[in-house]
Amino acid sequence: MIVAERKPISEILDMIKDYHRIMLVGCKGCVTVCNAGGEKEVGILAATLKIARKKEGKELEVAERTLERQCDPEYIEQISDIVDDFEAIISMACSVGPQFLSERYPDALVFPGLNTKFMGGALAHGVWAERCQGCGTCIVHLFGGYCPITRCSKSLLNGPCGGSSNGRCEIDKDIDCVWHLIVEKLTRQGKLSNILSVQPPKDWTTSRDGGPRKVVREDLA
Amino acid sequence: MKSESKLEKILNAGHFAVTGECGPPRGADPEAIRKKAKYLKGMVDMVNVTDNQTAVVRMSSWAGCLILIQEGLEPNYQMVCRDRNRLAMQSDILGAYSLGIKNILCLSGDHQRFGDHPGAKNVYDIDSMNLINMVKTMRDEGRFLSGAEITVPPKMFIGAAANPFGDPFEFRVHRLAKKVAAGADFIQTQCIYNMDKFKKWMAQARDMGLTEKVYILAGVTPMKSLGMARYMKNMVPGMDVPDEIIKRLRGVDKKRQADEGIRICVEQIQELREIDGVAGIHLMAIEWEQRVPEIVESAGLLPRPEV
Ligand code: SF4
Repeated sequence: MIVAERKPISEILDMIKDYHRIMLVGCKGCVTVCNAGGEKEVGILAATLKIARKKEGKELEVAERTLERQCDPEYIEQISDIVDDFEAIISMACSVGPQFLSERYPDALVFPGLNTKFMGGALAHGVWAERCQGCGTCIVHLFGGYCPITRCSKSLLNGPCGGSSNGRCEIDKDIDCVWHLIVEKLTRQGKLSNILSVQPPKDWTTSRDGGPRKVVREDLA
Repeated sequence: MKSESKLEKILNAGHFAVTGECGPPRGADPEAIRKKAKYLKGMVDMVNVTDNQTAVVRMSSWAGCLILIQEGLEPNYQMVCRDRNRLAMQSDILGAYSLGIKNILCLSGDHQRFGDHPGAKNVYDIDSMNLINMVKTMRDEGRFLSGAEITVPPKMFIGAAANPFGDPFEFRVHRLAKKVAAGADFIQTQCIYNMDKFKKWMAQARDMGLTEKVYILAGVTPMKSLGMARYMKNMVPGMDVPDEIIKRLRGVDKKRQADEGIRICVEQIQELREIDGVAGIHLMAIEWEQRVPEIVESAGLLPRPEV
Protein backbone atom coordinates (compact mmCIF):
# COMPACT_ATOMS: atom_id res chain seq x y z
CA MET A 1 0.00 0.00 0.00
CA ILE A 2 0.91 3.65 -0.10
CA VAL A 3 1.96 4.69 3.37
CA ALA A 4 1.26 8.24 4.48
CA GLU A 5 1.38 10.32 7.62
CA ARG A 6 -0.72 13.29 8.68
CA LYS A 7 0.99 16.65 8.42
CA PRO A 8 1.62 18.51 11.68
CA ILE A 9 -1.46 20.36 12.90
CA SER A 10 0.41 23.68 12.87
CA GLU A 11 1.13 23.29 9.16
CA ILE A 12 -2.49 22.45 8.38
CA LEU A 13 -3.75 25.37 10.48
CA ASP A 14 -1.43 27.67 8.60
CA MET A 15 -2.71 26.41 5.24
CA ILE A 16 -6.32 27.19 6.14
CA LYS A 17 -5.78 30.29 8.26
CA ASP A 18 -7.76 32.54 5.92
CA TYR A 19 -10.77 30.22 5.57
CA HIS A 20 -13.83 29.56 7.70
CA ARG A 21 -15.71 26.91 5.78
CA ILE A 22 -13.65 23.89 4.87
CA MET A 23 -14.20 20.28 3.88
CA LEU A 24 -11.99 17.37 4.90
CA VAL A 25 -12.00 14.58 2.36
CA GLY A 26 -10.76 11.20 3.52
CA CYS A 27 -10.04 8.07 1.50
CA LYS A 28 -11.01 4.47 2.23
CA GLY A 29 -7.98 3.08 0.38
CA CYS A 30 -4.40 2.71 1.55
CA VAL A 31 -4.51 5.64 3.97
CA THR A 32 -7.36 4.05 5.89
CA VAL A 33 -5.29 0.90 6.27
CA CYS A 34 -2.28 2.84 7.50
CA ASN A 35 -4.41 4.94 9.85
CA ALA A 36 -3.58 8.27 8.26
CA GLY A 37 -6.58 9.48 6.29
CA GLY A 38 -9.61 7.26 6.77
CA GLU A 39 -12.99 8.18 8.22
CA LYS A 40 -11.67 8.02 11.75
CA GLU A 41 -8.68 10.27 11.09
CA VAL A 42 -10.90 12.73 9.23
CA GLY A 43 -13.07 12.97 12.35
CA ILE A 44 -10.08 13.47 14.63
CA LEU A 45 -8.59 16.17 12.41
CA ALA A 46 -11.92 17.99 12.13
CA ALA A 47 -12.27 18.11 15.92
CA THR A 48 -8.66 19.15 16.43
CA LEU A 49 -8.88 21.99 13.91
CA LYS A 50 -12.11 23.28 15.42
CA ILE A 51 -10.68 23.29 18.93
CA ALA A 52 -7.50 25.02 17.80
CA ARG A 53 -9.46 27.71 16.00
CA LYS A 54 -11.78 28.19 18.95
CA LYS A 55 -8.72 28.86 21.13
CA GLU A 56 -7.84 31.68 18.75
CA GLY A 57 -11.39 32.94 19.19
CA LYS A 58 -12.33 32.15 15.61
CA GLU A 59 -15.01 29.88 14.24
CA LEU A 60 -14.37 27.10 11.78
CA GLU A 61 -17.02 25.16 9.96
CA VAL A 62 -15.78 21.72 8.93
CA ALA A 63 -17.58 19.20 6.75
CA GLU A 64 -16.37 15.62 6.65
CA ARG A 65 -16.55 13.27 3.69
CA THR A 66 -14.67 10.03 3.14
CA LEU A 67 -14.64 8.67 -0.38
CA GLU A 68 -14.21 5.09 -1.52
CA ARG A 69 -10.98 6.20 -3.22
CA GLN A 70 -9.53 9.49 -4.37
CA CYS A 71 -7.55 7.96 -7.21
CA ASP A 72 -10.66 7.24 -9.28
CA PRO A 73 -12.71 9.93 -11.06
CA GLU A 74 -15.87 7.98 -10.34
CA TYR A 75 -15.58 8.57 -6.58
CA ILE A 76 -14.19 12.09 -6.85
CA GLU A 77 -17.41 12.91 -8.67
CA GLN A 78 -19.43 12.19 -5.54
CA ILE A 79 -18.69 15.59 -4.03
CA SER A 80 -19.43 17.61 -7.17
CA ASP A 81 -22.66 18.98 -5.74
CA ILE A 82 -21.09 20.38 -2.56
CA VAL A 83 -17.58 21.44 -3.54
CA ASP A 84 -18.66 25.02 -4.22
CA ASP A 85 -19.98 25.39 -0.67
CA PHE A 86 -16.45 25.44 0.78
CA GLU A 87 -13.59 27.89 0.70
CA ALA A 88 -10.97 25.18 1.02
CA ILE A 89 -10.66 21.43 0.80
CA ILE A 90 -8.14 19.34 2.67
CA SER A 91 -7.52 15.98 1.07
CA MET A 92 -6.60 13.28 3.53
CA ALA A 93 -5.50 10.87 0.77
CA CYS A 94 -2.02 10.19 -0.54
CA SER A 95 -0.78 12.96 -2.80
CA VAL A 96 -2.79 11.53 -5.68
CA GLY A 97 -5.93 12.71 -3.88
CA PRO A 98 -5.31 16.46 -3.75
CA GLN A 99 -4.07 16.35 -7.34
CA PHE A 100 -7.10 14.47 -8.67
CA LEU A 101 -9.41 16.77 -6.72
CA SER A 102 -7.67 19.86 -8.11
CA GLU A 103 -7.86 18.52 -11.63
CA ARG A 104 -11.55 17.72 -11.37
CA TYR A 105 -12.48 20.93 -9.53
CA PRO A 106 -10.22 23.58 -11.04
CA ASP A 107 -11.78 26.42 -9.04
CA ALA A 108 -11.44 24.72 -5.67
CA LEU A 109 -8.53 25.39 -3.32
CA VAL A 110 -7.23 21.97 -2.39
CA PHE A 111 -4.59 21.34 0.28
CA PRO A 112 -2.76 18.12 1.15
CA GLY A 113 -3.44 16.97 4.71
CA LEU A 114 -0.94 14.12 4.53
CA ASN A 115 2.68 13.60 3.65
CA THR A 116 2.95 10.60 1.34
CA LYS A 117 5.88 8.51 2.48
CA PHE A 118 6.40 5.35 0.45
CA MET A 119 5.09 2.05 -0.88
CA GLY A 120 5.41 -0.51 1.82
CA GLY A 121 3.66 -2.62 4.38
CA ALA A 122 3.05 -3.06 8.08
CA LEU A 123 5.79 -4.73 10.13
CA ALA A 124 3.76 -4.57 13.34
CA HIS A 125 0.80 -2.60 14.61
CA GLY A 126 1.69 1.04 13.99
CA VAL A 127 4.96 0.31 12.19
CA TRP A 128 5.33 0.52 8.42
CA ALA A 129 8.39 0.07 6.26
CA GLU A 130 9.31 0.82 2.68
CA ARG A 131 9.56 -2.01 0.17
CA CYS A 132 9.19 -0.56 -3.32
CA GLN A 133 10.30 2.50 -5.26
CA GLY A 134 8.27 1.76 -8.35
CA CYS A 135 11.28 1.47 -10.66
CA GLY A 136 9.05 -0.21 -13.22
CA THR A 137 11.12 -3.39 -13.71
CA CYS A 138 10.90 -5.73 -10.76
CA ILE A 139 14.01 -7.81 -10.03
CA VAL A 140 13.50 -8.90 -6.42
CA HIS A 141 13.63 -12.59 -7.39
CA LEU A 142 17.33 -12.16 -8.21
CA PHE A 143 18.04 -11.02 -4.68
CA GLY A 144 16.30 -13.56 -2.50
CA GLY A 145 13.07 -11.61 -2.54
CA TYR A 146 14.60 -8.38 -1.27
CA CYS A 147 14.74 -5.13 -3.22
CA PRO A 148 18.23 -3.62 -3.03
CA ILE A 149 17.13 -0.55 -4.97
CA THR A 150 14.66 0.36 -2.25
CA ARG A 151 16.27 -1.08 0.83
CA CYS A 152 20.00 -0.49 0.32
CA SER A 153 20.76 3.12 1.28
CA LYS A 154 22.91 3.36 -1.84
CA SER A 155 20.66 1.25 -4.10
CA LEU A 156 23.65 -0.99 -4.82
CA LEU A 157 23.03 -3.81 -7.26
CA ASN A 158 26.35 -5.38 -6.28
CA GLY A 159 26.55 -4.96 -2.53
CA PRO A 160 27.25 -5.07 0.31
CA CYS A 161 29.39 -1.95 0.56
CA GLY A 162 32.30 -1.74 2.98
CA GLY A 163 30.17 -0.09 5.64
CA SER A 164 27.97 -3.11 6.35
CA SER A 165 28.51 -4.03 9.96
CA ASN A 166 26.86 -6.76 12.04
CA GLY A 167 23.91 -6.87 9.67
CA ARG A 168 23.32 -3.15 9.99
CA CYS A 169 23.55 -0.39 7.42
CA GLU A 170 26.34 2.14 7.73
CA ILE A 171 23.89 5.01 7.84
CA ASP A 172 21.89 3.86 10.87
CA LYS A 173 22.18 1.03 13.36
CA ASP A 174 18.38 0.71 13.25
CA ILE A 175 18.37 -0.06 9.54
CA ASP A 176 19.03 -3.60 8.33
CA CYS A 177 21.75 -3.91 5.72
CA VAL A 178 19.59 -5.48 3.05
CA TRP A 179 22.68 -6.89 1.39
CA HIS A 180 23.46 -8.81 4.53
CA LEU A 181 19.94 -10.26 4.37
CA ILE A 182 20.37 -11.08 0.68
CA VAL A 183 23.68 -12.89 1.22
CA GLU A 184 22.32 -14.85 4.19
CA LYS A 185 19.16 -15.90 2.43
CA LEU A 186 20.82 -16.93 -0.82
CA THR A 187 23.48 -18.85 1.11
CA ARG A 188 20.76 -20.71 3.00
CA GLN A 189 18.91 -21.47 -0.22
CA GLY A 190 22.09 -22.62 -1.98
CA LYS A 191 21.54 -19.85 -4.52
CA LEU A 192 24.55 -17.64 -3.83
CA SER A 193 25.50 -17.98 -7.50
CA ASN A 194 22.66 -15.51 -8.19
CA ILE A 195 24.89 -12.72 -6.97
CA LEU A 196 28.36 -13.98 -7.87
CA SER A 197 28.38 -12.38 -11.28
CA VAL A 198 28.22 -8.65 -11.81
CA GLN A 199 24.69 -7.30 -12.02
CA PRO A 200 24.79 -4.77 -14.90
CA PRO A 201 23.71 -1.13 -14.48
CA LYS A 202 20.01 -0.57 -14.15
CA ASP A 203 18.08 0.93 -17.03
CA TRP A 204 16.17 3.70 -15.28
CA THR A 205 13.93 4.56 -18.23
CA THR A 206 11.07 2.60 -16.65
CA SER A 207 11.55 4.54 -13.43
CA ARG A 208 10.62 8.17 -12.75
CA ASP A 209 13.91 9.10 -14.43
CA GLY A 210 12.32 8.29 -17.77
CA GLY A 211 9.77 11.07 -17.21
CA PRO A 212 6.26 10.92 -15.68
CA ARG A 213 4.77 7.53 -16.33
CA LYS A 214 1.47 6.22 -17.57
CA VAL A 215 0.06 2.73 -17.96
CA VAL A 216 -2.35 2.09 -20.80
CA ARG A 217 -4.12 -1.25 -21.02
CA GLU A 218 -5.41 -1.49 -24.55
CA ASP A 219 -7.78 -4.30 -23.58
CA LEU A 220 -9.46 -2.10 -20.98
CA ALA A 221 -9.06 1.42 -22.30
CA MET B 1 50.56 -2.41 -20.47
CA LYS B 2 46.88 -1.65 -20.21
CA SER B 3 47.42 1.98 -19.33
CA GLU B 4 50.07 4.66 -19.16
CA SER B 5 50.14 4.58 -15.37
CA LYS B 6 53.37 4.75 -13.42
CA LEU B 7 51.85 2.51 -10.76
CA GLU B 8 51.16 -0.15 -13.37
CA LYS B 9 54.80 0.00 -14.50
CA ILE B 10 56.07 -0.33 -10.95
CA LEU B 11 53.80 -3.27 -10.18
CA ASN B 12 54.52 -4.97 -13.50
CA ALA B 13 58.24 -4.70 -12.77
CA GLY B 14 57.65 -6.60 -9.57
CA HIS B 15 58.34 -3.77 -7.14
CA PHE B 16 56.54 -3.54 -3.82
CA ALA B 17 54.39 -0.44 -4.36
CA VAL B 18 53.68 2.36 -1.92
CA THR B 19 50.75 4.66 -2.49
CA GLY B 20 49.66 7.61 -0.41
CA GLU B 21 46.64 9.79 0.05
CA CYS B 22 45.82 13.47 -0.01
CA GLY B 23 42.53 15.00 1.07
CA PRO B 24 41.82 18.23 -0.85
CA PRO B 25 41.00 21.42 1.07
CA ARG B 26 37.61 22.88 1.97
CA GLY B 27 38.39 25.86 -0.21
CA ALA B 28 39.97 26.90 -3.47
CA ASP B 29 43.55 27.22 -2.26
CA PRO B 30 45.95 25.11 -4.34
CA GLU B 31 48.72 25.66 -1.79
CA ALA B 32 47.00 23.28 0.63
CA ILE B 33 47.64 20.49 -1.86
CA ARG B 34 51.12 21.65 -2.82
CA LYS B 35 52.10 21.58 0.83
CA LYS B 36 50.97 17.98 1.25
CA ALA B 37 52.64 17.09 -2.05
CA LYS B 38 56.02 18.20 -0.70
CA TYR B 39 55.88 15.60 2.06
CA LEU B 40 54.80 12.85 -0.31
CA LYS B 41 57.18 13.49 -3.22
CA GLY B 42 59.73 10.71 -3.60
CA MET B 43 58.10 8.80 -0.74
CA VAL B 44 55.18 7.17 -2.57
CA ASP B 45 54.57 5.99 -6.13
CA MET B 46 51.10 7.43 -6.47
CA VAL B 47 48.80 9.65 -4.43
CA ASN B 48 45.03 9.14 -4.12
CA VAL B 49 43.01 12.33 -4.11
CA THR B 50 39.77 11.75 -2.25
CA ASP B 51 36.38 12.64 -3.72
CA ASN B 52 34.22 14.55 -1.22
CA GLN B 53 35.30 12.07 1.43
CA THR B 54 32.81 11.37 4.21
CA ALA B 55 30.33 13.27 2.02
CA VAL B 56 31.83 16.63 2.95
CA VAL B 57 32.36 19.09 0.08
CA ARG B 58 35.98 19.69 -0.82
CA MET B 59 37.93 20.75 -3.88
CA SER B 60 37.21 18.26 -6.67
CA SER B 61 39.41 15.22 -6.89
CA TRP B 62 40.40 15.82 -10.53
CA ALA B 63 41.51 19.36 -9.73
CA GLY B 64 43.58 18.08 -6.82
CA CYS B 65 45.07 15.49 -9.17
CA LEU B 66 46.12 18.20 -11.62
CA ILE B 67 47.87 20.16 -8.90
CA LEU B 68 49.75 17.00 -7.92
CA ILE B 69 50.81 16.50 -11.52
CA GLN B 70 52.18 20.07 -11.53
CA GLU B 71 54.17 19.09 -8.45
CA GLY B 72 55.59 16.06 -10.21
CA LEU B 73 53.47 13.41 -8.48
CA GLU B 74 51.40 10.62 -10.00
CA PRO B 75 47.78 11.05 -8.87
CA ASN B 76 44.98 8.54 -8.44
CA TYR B 77 41.60 10.06 -9.22
CA GLN B 78 39.03 8.83 -6.70
CA MET B 79 35.47 8.79 -7.98
CA VAL B 80 32.38 7.98 -5.94
CA CYS B 81 28.96 6.94 -7.24
CA ARG B 82 27.09 9.10 -4.74
CA ASP B 83 27.38 12.43 -6.54
CA ARG B 84 27.33 11.75 -10.26
CA ASN B 85 25.27 9.89 -12.80
CA ARG B 86 26.77 7.91 -15.67
CA LEU B 87 26.92 10.92 -17.98
CA ALA B 88 28.88 13.06 -15.52
CA MET B 89 31.20 10.18 -14.66
CA GLN B 90 32.12 9.38 -18.23
CA SER B 91 32.71 13.00 -19.16
CA ASP B 92 34.85 13.55 -16.06
CA ILE B 93 36.86 10.45 -16.92
CA LEU B 94 37.52 11.74 -20.44
CA GLY B 95 38.43 15.17 -19.11
CA ALA B 96 40.71 13.80 -16.41
CA TYR B 97 42.54 11.56 -18.84
CA SER B 98 42.90 14.34 -21.39
CA LEU B 99 44.75 16.36 -18.75
CA GLY B 100 47.14 13.57 -17.81
CA ILE B 101 45.37 11.60 -15.05
CA LYS B 102 46.14 7.92 -15.58
CA ASN B 103 44.77 6.17 -12.52
CA ILE B 104 41.26 5.99 -11.15
CA LEU B 105 39.79 4.49 -7.99
CA CYS B 106 36.15 3.48 -8.31
CA LEU B 107 34.15 3.74 -5.08
CA SER B 108 30.57 3.62 -3.88
CA GLY B 109 31.17 6.57 -1.55
CA ASP B 110 29.99 7.29 1.97
CA HIS B 111 26.30 8.04 2.26
CA GLN B 112 25.53 11.77 2.55
CA ARG B 113 23.65 11.29 5.81
CA PHE B 114 26.71 12.21 7.89
CA GLY B 115 28.20 14.75 5.51
CA ASP B 116 27.81 18.51 5.36
CA HIS B 117 24.88 18.37 2.91
CA PRO B 118 22.57 15.68 4.30
CA GLY B 119 19.73 17.15 2.23
CA ALA B 120 21.48 16.28 -1.05
CA LYS B 121 20.00 13.90 -3.61
CA ASN B 122 21.49 10.44 -3.41
CA VAL B 123 22.50 9.65 -7.00
CA TYR B 124 23.79 6.06 -7.17
CA ASP B 125 22.80 5.75 -10.81
CA ILE B 126 25.39 2.97 -11.08
CA ASP B 127 27.38 1.30 -8.32
CA SER B 128 31.14 0.90 -7.90
CA MET B 129 31.10 -2.50 -9.61
CA ASN B 130 29.44 -0.96 -12.66
CA LEU B 131 31.80 2.01 -12.54
CA ILE B 132 34.84 -0.31 -12.68
CA ASN B 133 33.33 -2.09 -15.65
CA MET B 134 32.42 1.17 -17.34
CA VAL B 135 36.01 2.47 -17.17
CA LYS B 136 37.27 -0.86 -18.48
CA THR B 137 34.84 -0.79 -21.39
CA MET B 138 35.85 2.79 -22.16
CA ARG B 139 39.53 1.86 -22.07
CA ASP B 140 39.63 -1.59 -23.68
CA GLU B 141 36.70 -1.45 -26.09
CA GLY B 142 36.71 2.27 -26.73
CA ARG B 143 33.01 2.44 -25.98
CA PHE B 144 30.76 4.40 -23.69
CA LEU B 145 28.30 2.58 -21.46
CA SER B 146 25.72 3.21 -24.17
CA GLY B 147 27.85 1.29 -26.66
CA ALA B 148 28.75 4.37 -28.72
CA GLU B 149 32.33 4.67 -29.86
CA ILE B 150 34.89 6.89 -28.13
CA THR B 151 37.27 8.75 -30.41
CA VAL B 152 40.25 8.67 -28.04
CA PRO B 153 39.73 6.13 -25.22
CA PRO B 154 41.04 6.93 -21.75
CA LYS B 155 43.89 4.53 -20.95
CA MET B 156 43.54 4.48 -17.19
CA PHE B 157 44.77 1.98 -14.63
CA ILE B 158 41.65 0.87 -12.79
CA GLY B 159 41.52 0.63 -9.03
CA ALA B 160 38.85 -0.54 -6.63
CA ALA B 161 38.46 -0.68 -2.89
CA ALA B 162 37.95 -3.73 -0.72
CA ASN B 163 37.05 -3.94 2.92
CA PRO B 164 37.92 -7.35 4.36
CA PHE B 165 36.41 -6.19 7.67
CA GLY B 166 32.93 -5.44 6.40
CA ASP B 167 30.20 -7.98 6.99
CA PRO B 168 29.28 -10.62 6.06
CA PHE B 169 32.93 -11.74 6.13
CA GLU B 170 32.49 -14.91 4.06
CA PHE B 171 31.08 -12.90 1.18
CA ARG B 172 33.91 -10.34 1.12
CA VAL B 173 36.22 -12.42 -1.03
CA HIS B 174 33.40 -13.01 -3.51
CA ARG B 175 32.92 -9.28 -3.76
CA LEU B 176 36.63 -8.95 -4.47
CA ALA B 177 36.26 -11.59 -7.20
CA LYS B 178 33.39 -9.60 -8.69
CA LYS B 179 35.50 -6.46 -8.77
CA VAL B 180 38.28 -8.36 -10.52
CA ALA B 181 35.78 -9.77 -13.01
CA ALA B 182 34.40 -6.27 -13.55
CA GLY B 183 37.88 -5.09 -14.54
CA ALA B 184 39.81 -3.89 -11.49
CA ASP B 185 43.58 -3.88 -12.06
CA PHE B 186 44.49 -3.03 -8.50
CA ILE B 187 42.82 -3.00 -5.11
CA GLN B 188 43.40 -0.65 -2.21
CA THR B 189 42.02 -2.06 1.01
CA GLN B 190 40.42 -0.47 4.01
CA CYS B 191 42.86 0.31 6.87
CA ILE B 192 44.06 -2.94 8.35
CA TYR B 193 44.42 -3.33 12.10
CA ASN B 194 43.09 -6.86 12.54
CA MET B 195 45.96 -8.80 10.94
CA ASP B 196 44.48 -12.25 11.57
CA LYS B 197 41.33 -11.42 9.75
CA PHE B 198 43.22 -9.80 6.90
CA LYS B 199 45.43 -12.87 6.53
CA LYS B 200 42.37 -15.08 6.41
CA TRP B 201 40.90 -12.91 3.66
CA MET B 202 44.16 -12.98 1.73
CA ALA B 203 44.28 -16.77 1.99
CA GLN B 204 40.78 -16.92 0.52
CA ALA B 205 41.85 -14.57 -2.25
CA ARG B 206 44.88 -16.73 -3.04
CA ASP B 207 42.75 -19.89 -3.04
CA MET B 208 40.45 -18.33 -5.60
CA GLY B 209 43.43 -17.33 -7.74
CA LEU B 210 42.63 -13.64 -7.34
CA THR B 211 46.12 -12.55 -6.35
CA GLU B 212 47.25 -13.73 -9.79
CA LYS B 213 44.76 -11.42 -11.44
CA VAL B 214 44.86 -8.24 -9.39
CA TYR B 215 47.42 -6.27 -7.42
CA ILE B 216 46.38 -5.92 -3.80
CA LEU B 217 47.69 -2.91 -1.92
CA ALA B 218 47.15 -3.28 1.80
CA GLY B 219 45.73 -0.17 3.50
CA VAL B 220 47.36 1.26 6.62
CA THR B 221 46.58 4.36 8.66
CA PRO B 222 48.80 5.43 11.55
CA MET B 223 46.95 6.29 14.75
CA LYS B 224 47.68 9.81 15.95
CA SER B 225 46.32 9.21 19.40
CA LEU B 226 44.33 6.94 21.66
CA GLY B 227 41.31 9.13 20.95
CA MET B 228 41.60 8.49 17.22
CA ALA B 229 41.93 4.75 17.77
CA ARG B 230 38.82 4.73 19.94
CA TYR B 231 36.92 6.77 17.40
CA MET B 232 37.93 4.43 14.56
CA LYS B 233 36.95 1.42 16.62
CA ASN B 234 33.57 2.65 17.75
CA MET B 235 32.35 5.19 15.23
CA VAL B 236 33.53 4.14 11.78
CA PRO B 237 31.31 1.43 10.26
CA GLY B 238 33.26 -1.45 8.78
CA MET B 239 36.45 -0.62 10.69
CA ASP B 240 38.00 -3.34 12.85
CA VAL B 241 40.41 -2.09 15.52
CA PRO B 242 41.44 -4.88 17.92
CA ASP B 243 41.83 -4.15 21.63
CA GLU B 244 45.60 -4.74 21.48
CA ILE B 245 46.02 -1.56 19.45
CA ILE B 246 43.99 0.41 21.98
CA LYS B 247 45.96 -1.17 24.82
CA ARG B 248 49.31 -0.33 23.27
CA LEU B 249 48.37 3.30 22.83
CA ARG B 250 46.91 3.51 26.30
CA GLY B 251 50.14 2.06 27.63
CA VAL B 252 52.23 5.08 26.70
CA ASP B 253 52.26 8.65 27.87
CA LYS B 254 49.83 10.92 26.01
CA LYS B 255 52.69 12.90 24.46
CA ARG B 256 54.23 9.74 23.07
CA GLN B 257 51.05 8.21 21.64
CA ALA B 258 51.72 9.64 18.17
CA ASP B 259 55.17 8.04 18.08
CA GLU B 260 53.70 4.78 19.27
CA GLY B 261 51.08 5.03 16.50
CA ILE B 262 53.85 5.42 13.94
CA ARG B 263 55.74 2.48 15.41
CA ILE B 264 52.63 0.26 15.19
CA CYS B 265 52.14 1.37 11.59
CA VAL B 266 55.71 0.50 10.62
CA GLU B 267 55.37 -2.93 12.23
CA GLN B 268 52.12 -3.47 10.36
CA ILE B 269 53.77 -2.61 7.07
CA GLN B 270 56.56 -5.09 7.77
CA GLU B 271 54.07 -7.79 8.62
CA LEU B 272 51.94 -7.04 5.54
CA ARG B 273 55.00 -7.23 3.30
CA GLU B 274 55.48 -10.84 4.28
CA ILE B 275 51.99 -11.87 3.20
CA ASP B 276 51.91 -13.75 -0.07
CA GLY B 277 49.90 -11.79 -2.63
CA VAL B 278 50.26 -8.34 -1.07
CA ALA B 279 51.73 -6.24 -3.88
CA GLY B 280 52.20 -3.04 -1.92
CA ILE B 281 50.76 -0.81 0.73
CA HIS B 282 48.38 2.09 0.60
CA LEU B 283 49.39 4.52 3.32
CA MET B 284 46.56 6.81 4.38
CA ALA B 285 48.09 9.24 6.83
CA ILE B 286 44.95 11.30 7.35
CA GLU B 287 45.92 14.98 7.73
CA TRP B 288 49.33 13.71 8.82
CA GLU B 289 51.27 13.73 5.56
CA GLN B 290 54.33 15.22 7.28
CA ARG B 291 54.96 11.91 9.02
CA VAL B 292 54.85 9.87 5.80
CA PRO B 293 58.62 10.17 5.03
CA GLU B 294 59.48 8.80 8.44
CA ILE B 295 57.07 5.87 8.15
CA VAL B 296 58.23 4.91 4.66
CA GLU B 297 61.87 5.22 5.66
CA SER B 298 61.52 3.19 8.89
CA ALA B 299 59.63 0.51 7.00
CA GLY B 300 62.61 0.18 4.65
CA LEU B 301 60.66 1.24 1.59
CA LEU B 302 63.10 3.88 0.32
CA PRO B 303 64.26 4.76 -2.23
CA ARG B 304 61.19 4.40 -4.42
CA PRO B 305 61.89 2.73 -7.76
CA GLU B 306 62.37 4.80 -10.92
CA VAL B 307 60.48 3.39 -13.88
S1 SF4 C 1 25.53 -1.01 4.60
FE1 SF4 C 1 24.30 -2.39 3.36
S2 SF4 C 1 22.31 -1.33 3.07
FE2 SF4 C 1 23.77 0.19 3.85
S3 SF4 C 1 24.55 1.17 2.02
FE3 SF4 C 1 26.00 -0.50 2.49
S4 SF4 C 1 25.24 -2.26 1.34
FE4 SF4 C 1 23.60 -0.74 1.34
